[in-house]
Amino acid sequence: MKKDIFQAIADPTRRAILTLIALQALTPNAMAVKFDMSRQAVSKHIKVLQECELIKPAPVGREIYYHLNPKKMQELDNWLAQFRKIWESQFNQLDKVLSTLQNQQK
Amino acid sequence: MTSNLLFDFTVDKTANTIFIHREFAAPLALVWDAFTKPDILDQWGAPAPFTAHTIYMNFIVGGRRFYKMVSPEGLEHYSVQDYTVITPMSNLQYISGFSDKDEQVNPAFYGSINNLNFSETNGITTVSITIQYTSLAILEMMVEKGFKEGFTLTMSNLEKLLARL
Repeated sequence: MKKDIFQAIADPTRRAILTLIALQALTPNAMAVKFDMSRQAVSKHIKVLQECELIKPAPVGREIYYHLNPKKMQELDNWLAQFRKIWESQFNQLDKVLSTLQNQQK
Repeated sequence: MTSNLLFDFTVDKTANTIFIHREFAAPLALVWDAFTKPDILDQWGAPAPFTAHTIYMNFIVGGRRFYKMVSPEGLEHYSVQDYTVITPMSNLQYISGFSDKDEQVNPAFYGSINNLNFSETNGITTVSITIQYTSLAILEMMVEKGFKEGFTLTMSNLEKLLARL
């Protein structure tokens, strides 16, 4: 659900985790070290990110590496494209308004 | 007419910030008026088929614009803009957010920092807008408030748009 994505990325630590694992897949232990956090705190963030499918687990031997789910990030981009469309539509209206005002001045 | 005018829209997701650059084929003075005079703002300040209606606008530093956007079905969404910097024909800054019909601001959806710069070159006016949202959840609310339904854009059009992004 989209709502979950936005709740997930509203948190600065979770955004930092996403930024970091965009560069390379990480284990929870590695994240705990990078962010100087407890394993429990990291697990909580991972749970939220995984629930909204922003990250995906990949077991390697005994370790679980988490990596970014590009498909879900694309969904977020699609959503932002709608927001872009809102602005685009307003500015196209403004073009017409400006054109009308300029004609009136002539 | 608009096709050769710049429209640049970028998002810094980690900083909750959007950047917009848009050119207009009009002199700076007119574009400034279009952003700062309520009667002109109301002619373009909401994405169709929504319409914008300024309830009052006190265009001074420390002043406020209180306005609503109305859907074709008559649904009303209220917003405020609180002016923090006004440098005529050059720079405009305000804090914005959603409110109810009695102008009561919802703290969870107030605090977006808007910074607009205006400049003119050879009769083309460029407006550069930076908006820092308190969270991207605000953007989501903007769509949830009904803009989505207002889109004339079909899904297939959206696909084409995305392909161009």
